Amino acid sequence: MSNVPDNLRYRDSHEWIDPMQSPAPVGITDHAQAELTDVVFVDPPKLGTQVSAGQQVCVIESVKAASDIYAPVSGEIVEINEALSSDPGLLNRDPYIGGWIFKIKPTNASEADALMDAEAYRKHIG
Amino acid sequence: MGARMVPFAGWDMPVQYTGIVEEHKAVRQSVGVFDISHMGQFIVSGKGAEVFLNRVLTNNISELQPGQGQYTLLLNTRGGVIDDLIAYRISEREFFLVVNASRIDQDWEQLESQLTSEDDVLMANASDFTAGLAIQGPKAREVAAAVFGDENSFPAHNTILVTMAESGPMWLCGTGYTGEEGFEFFMPAETAEAWFRKIVDAVKAAGGAPCGLGARDTLRLEMGYPLNGNDLSEDRTPLQAGLGFFVDLDKGDFTGREALVAQKAAGLPDKLAAFRMTGAAPPPRPHYPVAHAGEIVGEVCSGTQSPSLGAGIGMVYLPLAATAIGTAIEIEIRGRRFPAEVVKKPFYRKPSV
Repeated sequence: MSNVPDNLRYRDSHEWIDPMQSPAPVGITDHAQAELTDVVFVDPPKLGTQVSAGQQVCVIESVKAASDIYAPVSGEIVEINEALSSDPGLLNRDPYIGGWIFKIKPTNASEADALMDAEAYRKHIG
Repeated sequence: MGARMVPFAGWDMPVQYTGIVEEHKAVRQSVGVFDISHMGQFIVSGKGAEVFLNRVLTNNISELQPGQGQYTLLLNTRGGVIDDLIAYRISEREFFLVVNASRIDQDWEQLESQLTSEDDVLMANASDFTAGLAIQGPKAREVAAAVFGDENSFPAHNTILVTMAESGPMWLCGTGYTGEEGFEFFMPAETAEAWFRKIVDAVKAAGGAPCGLGARDTLRLEMGYPLNGNDLSEDRTPLQAGLGFFVDLDKGDFTGREALVAQKAAGLPDKLAAFRMTGAAPPPRPHYPVAHAGEIVGEVCSGTQSPSLGAGIGMVYLPLAATAIGTAIEIEIRGRRFPAEVVKKPFYRKPSV
């Protein structure tokens, strides 16, 4: 079954965020990468953009389809994962560590509490 | 798929089983099996069948010996493509047509409308009770031998073998849509599940995999094969689609011929060109705008990421001035333009062993 780490928070659209880190890395879940398969391009968000929770911020392309990625919380995009531009397959091979997509500086630290915890997300994809 | 489904107990028409790239590579390197039950099959027979089919299809059907097949097109009077299909001659007076799923009804209507009471022709639509599997890849021959227990049951390219089984006829066609050696196998729908299981087992034993519609699309596009609905339409002729080789203007009159002759004399307004992304870019997808010399001149018909080349590839109708090999064009993706160039088809050539 797909891997759902206990220390992360999840959106129903299959993004994860690590709220314990600052800034907080965001990526897609193991379940999402398995569904997408074969990620071939990551269209990253712009550095310094202010986004609000639920806003579409970037696009991931697999052979099958283009998928929108949404901000799990509001904040500023302060870092993007440059490694993905030459190796988008990292998202498939290592979705939680090497495959983070961007880091966000949350406007409101408590916003992440409203997201699903690991148990709720497991139910969501079960 | 907007297509009608043949009852196929427990089997769907999935986009993918394990992943498009994995399935794609299985077909290029060993063997894959596709469920193609959605495709349509017509049987046209009678003393006048040859004359009738030559009057409605673009290729010259008189060139076929019994057991041979050809790629051909069904046009409207404007020369536009209603469908592209394979026509086989089963015997002197009997023909077997394999048509696209999404066009079964239009094809049937078009054929019927061209039939007159003077034609000694009988048409039968076998689509509803016929299922099909395509076995494609360098090990397809191995699969055929394992399943049928006979090396001789592998049909040569563009030929057909017909067998009468207890439940009805079975057709083995030496065709495919992948650029690999292989065959398409049509059988009575009620026997399909048993055949599917047997063939999937043989494919897996040969190191291959069942494949979905996603891999079917990437495989055919790497070869530059058109897909009706994407690359072919009732508003463009086979000459514009680069399919002139399958149009015989000298065989006598056929539906759409007059329009083709006129278009040939006047010059083509545009032509289907193959392009490849030249740098890191998102995969080109259908309907993305295409620019040449700064101006939007068309939209992507078919487009995908080529698993064999690791690059974006696609097809687009371009003004003739932009169709020369090496012409720089741009594909607009989410408001940004990415460079591409016009290339020769096929995109993919099998490495010589």
